Amino acid sequence: MLKLAGLTKRYPTGDLALKDIDLDVPDGQVMALIGPSGAGKSTLIRCVNRLVEPTTGSIFLDDTELTALSQVQLRRARRRMGMIFQEYALVERLSVMENVLSGRLGYVNFWRSWFRKYPQSDIDEAFRLLERVGLDHMVDKRADELSGGQRQRVGICRALIQNPELLLVDEPTASLDPKTSRQIMRLIVELCEERGLAAIVNIHDVMLAQMYSKRIVGLQLGEIVYDGPPNGLTPDVLTDIYGEEDWEATIETVEEEDSPDEPDADGADEDHHAPIPDRDRLAGLT
Amino acid sequence: MTTQAASLPRRWKKPPFIKRAWLRWAIGLGAAVYLAVACGSTEVNWVGVWDGVPRGVQFISAFFPPDFVSRWPEIVEGIYESLWMAVTSTVIGIAISIPVGLGAARNLAPLPVYYFCRAILATSRSFQEVILAIFFVKLFGFGPFAGFVTLSFATIGFYGKLLAEDIEDMDPSQAEAVRATGAGWFQWLNYGVQPQVMPRMIGLGLYRLDINFRESAVVGIVGGGGIGATLNTAFDRYEFDSAAAILLVIIGIVMLVEYTSGFVRKWVQ
Repeated sequence: MLKLAGLTKRYPTGDLALKDIDLDVPDGQVMALIGPSGAGKSTLIRCVNRLVEPTTGSIFLDDTELTALSQVQLRRARRRMGMIFQEYALVERLSVMENVLSGRLGYVNFWRSWFRKYPQSDIDEAFRLLERVGLDHMVDKRADELSGGQRQRVGICRALIQNPELLLVDEPTASLDPKTSRQIMRLIVELCEERGLAAIVNIHDVMLAQMYSKRIVGLQLGEIVYDGPPNGLTPDVLTDIYGEEDWEATIETVEEEDSPDEPDADGADEDHHAPIPDRDRLAGLT
Repeated sequence: MTTQAASLPRRWKKPPFIKRAWLRWAIGLGAAVYLAVACGSTEVNWVGVWDGVPRGVQFISAFFPPDFVSRWPEIVEGIYESLWMAVTSTVIGIAISIPVGLGAARNLAPLPVYYFCRAILATSRSFQEVILAIFFVKLFGFGPFAGFVTLSFATIGFYGKLLAEDIEDMDPSQAEAVRATGAGWFQWLNYGVQPQVMPRMIGLGLYRLDINFRESAVVGIVGGGGIGATLNTAFDRYEFDSAAAILLVIIGIVMLVEYTSGFVRKWVQ
């Protein structure tokens, strides 16, 4: 499905964000990418759809070499990769429906998009997706009127209406409270299963990664230091990825939680241990 | 630890803006000396000021009561001309400034385009309207067309620069998300950029209309037509009461535009 070979990214500032990464994501696999801030998680998924241009190395989506495409071909290839963002990245002043339909921009011509005259099939699909995430009663609300969880659901619809083969998910829960975070992660995983999508999910939160993903890749300073199942994340491995810390509590909580749908009580507990200062800081904003 | 804290409280003062003490004092003293010298060397002829007071009173009382009647047809004609000038120059100026503004936004345009468009904006902004008007009146002759060209030209610099700056300040993540869907460049502008800058640009467009109307009065004085020409004629003929009427009409229209634009801005936000 997706194959990265020798992917290296050096920013103009000289920072080496990714060092010779080799990675394979098979069809239908939801892979969690964990690692501390600045490890290169965001850079990695942005290299895949070339929002960030890789320095060297190649990326294949099935048989298409993404790194070799011209601008026009790249736009066509981007339709096959839906992206979900940290802080939602909805166009705030557009309505929910416009935001969802913007996922079809790669398929319709300029004038259709300018006059918002999308084909009926696109509109049907938009309604179907919004209904699936429980937002079909809000189509004409402006995106900035929505709560954090609702916005992220619109973001998910925008990615899915592209009819993608791969989802690139960048910190989908970074600005959400623990309960909404779980709901959003569950929704993403369910939708991937329904549609047989592969996904790369960047995530700060080790516990969420373990709960919702069967394969975890740990990135540290631009290098893969772990690639394996969630229960392989021992304190030693976490120390490799994030650095020295008391990891016992994090892991214990996970084992208790393997049966899903534990209510919020552990959310507070988790906040003490998970190395996610960003989420602590942003939780109140949702 | 606690005993030490109790016996010796740690002091805190806001760090000074200029760290080096001598530089701080030198700048302060220098400014004070310059101000004293400047005040001392300004010559005010207090006798002249005193003599001028009754003349000023006479001049101002000549404005009252304002005479709307005797020059009313000229006033109406001047206002029409000014409004025409203001509206057309705003529309044309904005239409031209949009591509220039897009080119002058660093996050949109490649470097050569950026420098070229910034140069256009800088040229347009470096001349005050009156100077431009004198130049265009020489070029196109007296009348409102010269005024229209002047104000259009000035609008490009104003609107283009503010548009470019607004685009540079936009939230890049919203635009990035639209780009990630595979949108074309114009689609990306329409979905990712335009919604972010639109409300402010509508507000600024109305503000520019307001400015262009007021400037049309100044431009008229140097030959650019409009209400300014009417005003100038009234002064030349010492018809201060008619001049007062013209000024009141200008104030009235500016206030009207002001209220309307406030209302529209709230509505588009």
